Amino acid sequence: MDYFVNVTLTGLTQGMIYSAFALALVLIWRSTRIVNFAQGSMAAATTFIALALIQAGQSYWVALVVALASGFILGAIVERVIIRPVEGGPELNAVIVTLGLFVAIQASIAIIFGSSFQSFPTPFGVRGLEVGDTTIPLTPTSLYIIGSVLLVMGLLVALFRFTRVGLAMRASAFSQEVARLLGVKVGGMLTLGWGLAAVVGSLSGLLIAGGSFVWPAYMDALIVFGFVAAIIGGLDSPVGAIVGGLILGLALSYVSGYAPRGSALVNISALVILIVVLLVRPGGLFSSATARRA
Amino acid sequence: MPDAHGSTALSATGGTGTATRLLEVEGLTSAYGPVRALDGVSLAAETGRITAVLGANGAGKTTLLRTISGLVRPVSGRVVLDGEDITKAPVESMVAKGMAHVPEGRGVIAELTVDENLRVGSLFRGKVDRSEFDRVYDLFPRIAERRNNAAHTLSGGERQMLVIGRALLAKPRILLLDEPSLGLAPRIVAQIFGLLRQLVDSEGLSVLLVEQNARSALSVADVGVVLNLGKVVVTDSASTLMADEDLRHAYLGF
Repeated sequence: MDYFVNVTLTGLTQGMIYSAFALALVLIWRSTRIVNFAQGSMAAATTFIALALIQAGQSYWVALVVALASGFILGAIVERVIIRPVEGGPELNAVIVTLGLFVAIQASIAIIFGSSFQSFPTPFGVRGLEVGDTTIPLTPTSLYIIGSVLLVMGLLVALFRFTRVGLAMRASAFSQEVARLLGVKVGGMLTLGWGLAAVVGSLSGLLIAGGSFVWPAYMDALIVFGFVAAIIGGLDSPVGAIVGGLILGLALSYVSGYAPRGSALVNISALVILIVVLLVRPGGLFSSATARRA
Repeated sequence: MPDAHGSTALSATGGTGTATRLLEVEGLTSAYGPVRALDGVSLAAETGRITAVLGANGAGKTTLLRTISGLVRPVSGRVVLDGEDITKAPVESMVAKGMAHVPEGRGVIAELTVDENLRVGSLFRGKVDRSEFDRVYDLFPRIAERRNNAAHTLSGGERQMLVIGRALLAKPRILLLDEPSLGLAPRIVAQIFGLLRQLVDSEGLSVLLVEQNARSALSVADVGVVLNLGKVVVTDSASTLMADEDLRHAYLGF
């Protein structure tokens, strides 16, 4: 029983990170109809900025804030300078541009920060909380991961639901031309959207790095899981991305915890789940394709 | 012969002569590649009047509105709003200048609720008093009942009411409407056109209306402009155009 709870909590924690990464992809897909293949290496870049600050003696929290802020700036610059010229053009152009960006950023990280493995600190322990004599398999690090992703998601929901900028961003995402005719500065909203998505992506990169090793390509596995989570959710739905991330996190944790030679099966399981979801519901679990067509 | 009317750019004002030209289009030419959708179009929409631009599919009506609001950049010609040359002004700035364009297909943002659609329409004005929303809901009780529903659940007529209401929240001086009657039952068309007439007469709103449904449009309009293959064929008062049987047969299809 303890083992089951442990595996479940590990799955939820990992799932939250996949959710955050998937959410970053969905935010960009919704507003610009572009799958941002560079999301992972953009997040890696900000993690290395954080690591450089920590190695220079700054606290984890200062490094976290600077990394998220630089994620925003990086996302905004990428949209304004690199994506804007291919927006609204043939889809393949945008795909190739983001793939190129993925490689370029990863190579830049190796040039600037080196390509060796470096350990990335975590602000909290990974030992279970002790209540009386029993140990709950919930570590402060898991709580930090779950809490910080929930906090960022809550802030995003509040932004989109309750603010004027959020409404303008949603209008721009759903219908650029109509938003423009209504006086919304759509270009600015798209830049802002890419910036915010990059913040969420950076957060997932920082969280997965915590207490582990980083190297220029350390995000590659998370990119795959994040994509699968986003597609499970329907690519169009922020709620779907979050649920998709949690489903994937749990499923992979059970596979690795219970199946024989489970840890070797994790990657292939993610792809099997993807195929099954696409066979049963080709639009993803939370697809709003019917609403869009109406 | 329709050509006997000439192709003067001046609009007939029914003899009153006091109306001012709020929106002027001078020699506007727009092209998609080698195809000229508009070929030297000149016309004017006057303050407090409904100007109807009529013509068959492909006459250039939608391109005309899209060029006026900046969605299409013209090859040559000018668009002047109340004395200001807005030919090169950004699309986003038009609504603040007093021009609201309701595009072809109505431009409802399907994923947002009715109320959110209205709010987007007033975003550029900053904080807007809730009573202005209530006024739109008073004009269109049918959408008031559905204010928290997603806009894609609305019927065609309700969508038309929503986009006109949304445009009114921008407090425009001139409203550009692209085929508002398309796909609507005659009763709803009459209701919407009747409301437009009322807004024009009581509040001094000006309307530039593009319509394929020439009979309905002329019944509500003051001035009609007939377009054919990107050129103005004739401009005259709506009643004169309505009475001209040859012209109606040749260009207006009734």
